[in-house]
Amino acid sequence: MSKFSKGGKKGMPAITTSSLSDIVFMLLFFFMVTTTMRETENKVVVKLPEATEVAKLERKDLTSYINIGTPVRHLQAQYGNDARIQLNDSFKTVDEIRDFIAAERDAMSEADRQFMTVALRADENTRMGIVTDVKQELRRCSALKIMYSARKAAE
Amino acid sequence: MAKKTPEINSSSTADIAFLLLCYFLMTTTMNQDMGLNRRLPPMPDKNQKVEDQKVNRRNIIIVKINSADRLLAGSEPIHVSQLRDKVKEFLSNPANNPELPEKQEIDIEGYGPCMVSKGVISLQNDRGTSYQAYIAVQNELVGAINELRDEWSMSNFGKKYAQLDEEKQAIVRKAIPQNISEAEPKDIAKK
Repeated sequence: MSKFSKGGKKGMPAITTSSLSDIVFMLLFFFMVTTTMRETENKVVVKLPEATEVAKLERKDLTSYINIGTPVRHLQAQYGNDARIQLNDSFKTVDEIRDFIAAERDAMSEADRQFMTVALRADENTRMGIVTDVKQELRRCSALKIMYSARKAAE
Repeated sequence: MAKKTPEINSSSTADIAFLLLCYFLMTTTMNQDMGLNRRLPPMPDKNQKVEDQKVNRRNIIIVKINSADRLLAGSEPIHVSQLRDKVKEFLSNPANNPELPEKQEIDIEGYGPCMVSKGVISLQNDRGTSYQAYIAVQNELVGAINELRDEWSMSNFGKKYAQLDEEKQAIVRKAIPQNISEAEPKDIAKK
């Protein structure tokens, strides 16, 4: 009688769900491939400065990161709250950048070395003194391609 | 007769896959790193004397940022918001003002002769300058150059710089070069 009566005979065939798992697996593989696990733990607080003219980083795999900022709160008792440089997983001094760059360069293939980029991720409240020191050291190691990491400002 | 092996119930594979999917969804970081690309000048040779660094006075604009994040462009103190227009005027020199940089005719491959400004922006900062202010200034400088490139490619190719193909972008880059010099750090005596 009513439109929604569940007629015994004209029941809709159940949608087969056997392909559901295939679809989900496909999505799963997509995310597995695109995921990049964060390799290093941040030991410094980095709040990037804002900029409007930012460009995208071309090759993520050819990029080395140098973090500059104040140590995170629970490390401040040990390291103080002055701006520090973090390379990979530990605090380093300006002089150790040379070894870091050399190691990063060795890890790359011969052809890729010229495209190596160093991304400077410095906190917006850092003073330029330490950044200048890092830049000078990079010039000495002839790692000349650099990028000042920044957030894209909302327009 | 061989024993029949009972079929493994596979209805839960979807659930397992979902669980894994959720995990990877959560841990994925899709954010692309953004920033301002820059090329540092190579370290000068120690044996090489500091010479032929002389650039004609009119061809250089010195932008200084002091430790209080105040800005000096050319000879007058200005605000960051004014910097873009000043730099644009400096680099384009529309009225051929003798105070502003001269232009040189350069033959660009694939385009032909073109008047290219010889202007150089020299950026100097203090050790006490905050990174935020420094990036803000860098951003304005890059912004000014990007706007000039857009204008140039708009009048020559009828498209914006970003929409041009690789070759034409190279032409535009040659026509409007990005000459920003990040000066050697100077020991600024405390006065």
